[in-house]
Amino acid sequence: MANYTFPSDCFYTKEDEWVQVDDDRTTLGITDYAQQQLGDVVFLELPSAGDEIKQGEPFGVIESVKAVSDLYAPVTGRVVESNPALEETPELVNESCYEDGWLLAIEPTDESEFESLMNSSAYRDYVAEREEG
Amino acid sequence: MGKRTPLYDSHVRLGARMVEFAGFDMPVQYSSILEEHAAVRERAGLFDVSHMGQIHLSGPEAVSACERLLSCEVASLRPGRVRYGLLCNEQGGVVDDVTLYRIADDELMLCVNAANIDKDRDWIEGHAGAASVEDRSDATAMLALQGPAAPGVLGGLAGPAAGEIRRFRFSQLDVAGVPARVSNTGYTGAPGYELYFDAARAPELFDRLLDAGQDAGLCPAGLGARDTLRLEAALPLYGHELSDDISPLAAGLERFVKRKQGGFIGAEAIEERARAGHPEELVGFELLGRGIARAGHAVLCDERPSGRVTSGAPSPTLGRSIGLAYVRPEAAAEGTLLGIEVRKRLLEARVVETPFVRKRGS
Repeated sequence: MANYTFPSDCFYTKEDEWVQVDDDRTTLGITDYAQQQLGDVVFLELPSAGDEIKQGEPFGVIESVKAVSDLYAPVTGRVVESNPALEETPELVNESCYEDGWLLAIEPTDESEFESLMNSSAYRDYVAEREEG
Repeated sequence: MGKRTPLYDSHVRLGARMVEFAGFDMPVQYSSILEEHAAVRERAGLFDVSHMGQIHLSGPEAVSACERLLSCEVASLRPGRVRYGLLCNEQGGVVDDVTLYRIADDELMLCVNAANIDKDRDWIEGHAGAASVEDRSDATAMLALQGPAAPGVLGGLAGPAAGEIRRFRFSQLDVAGVPARVSNTGYTGAPGYELYFDAARAPELFDRLLDAGQDAGLCPAGLGARDTLRLEAALPLYGHELSDDISPLAAGLERFVKRKQGGFIGAEAIEERARAGHPEELVGFELLGRGIARAGHAVLCDERPSGRVTSGAPSPTLGRSIGLAYVRPEAAAEGTLLGIEVRKRLLEARVVETPFVRKRGS
């Protein structure tokens, strides 16, 4: 398997998003696997502060040079902020997908939804399965 | 799994991301499309284009057969020269766009698109009369060495003779011990060469070129960068800007059509379609704001449906999104404002002159 980083303090979705609860701020983004699959990210369409996102449903779009992909909400919540740096520098998603390249900060509305997500080791296995397939 | 070029293992070893294209497993990128694109514009890139086809016509009737098959003039093409042309059907549509090499008085080679090899061979065999037709696609490897550093890199391996090959000409050279037909041609809008040689020598020559170009900043480049480069140069891609139904005149390729001379397959239909007026013409556009227009997106002009995008991408060189579209003639003038429907939103675009990026110094 190629070399990927999946931090242990994140939860993961089958659509290759991560979500992280850090004190009182919850952020989400796409995984290292997703950004490597996409290649150079050149454009994003993200919701605005106050918008609602719903677990498992598309909330935005990410475009690489070659492809367009939907972004899926890992959990339901209200958008606090979308990463303002991505408008000018979408490449942050490639350079730093868990830190500077975060997509949204949200207020989750249902903590129990996190139980349906994968931890980093389960997600690593899930990526490995697809790489072998 | 698709067909493999003789360089499949080399690509995997270099860590390329492989995708299926025209039935072949091909490298779409090695490091990053943007980096490989910049390498070709600023230094040099090496592309495996062995998926493309080579069809040879030979014998005393080869020239007359090609003259009948192709939209461009053939008899006036001297040995050692290359010309771009179109294979047209009886309806004036395009079977394929090709480069034609005059190898000798009685031998010509057509370099054809990978997706069309079988279709082209059948079409050519069906219309070649007494000329002998041979498909040498599988036995032939093809590399494209493109970018301002390409002449220096090639010269280092092939000697000064490489530097004497002018644009749209070719020579038989010894490149690092490998006999190769080298043409000063390409599909990137950058200076550079295309090399045709024995498929069995492909891994060896690929590595020798990459080694020789290391100091000049040569890097392997994939189909992703090839596509953004050709789009900046506004070079058509079969299946996008060209098809069995589209007239070469609607595609803006009039200078590759011998309209006065005629006599090639499709010539009359092309003239008839021109007299009737083309319902749509190919134009270049740039987006005025953010976003990316892509193939298939609807084009509007004055809020009315006016056409469709055939190719679109962010231009790494220009830093904005560009594309090609077929639009109704009233929307085709330079400067016309268009709306392009992307996910139910209208992005503002403007018709601009092509190529989007001009070759350095020209």
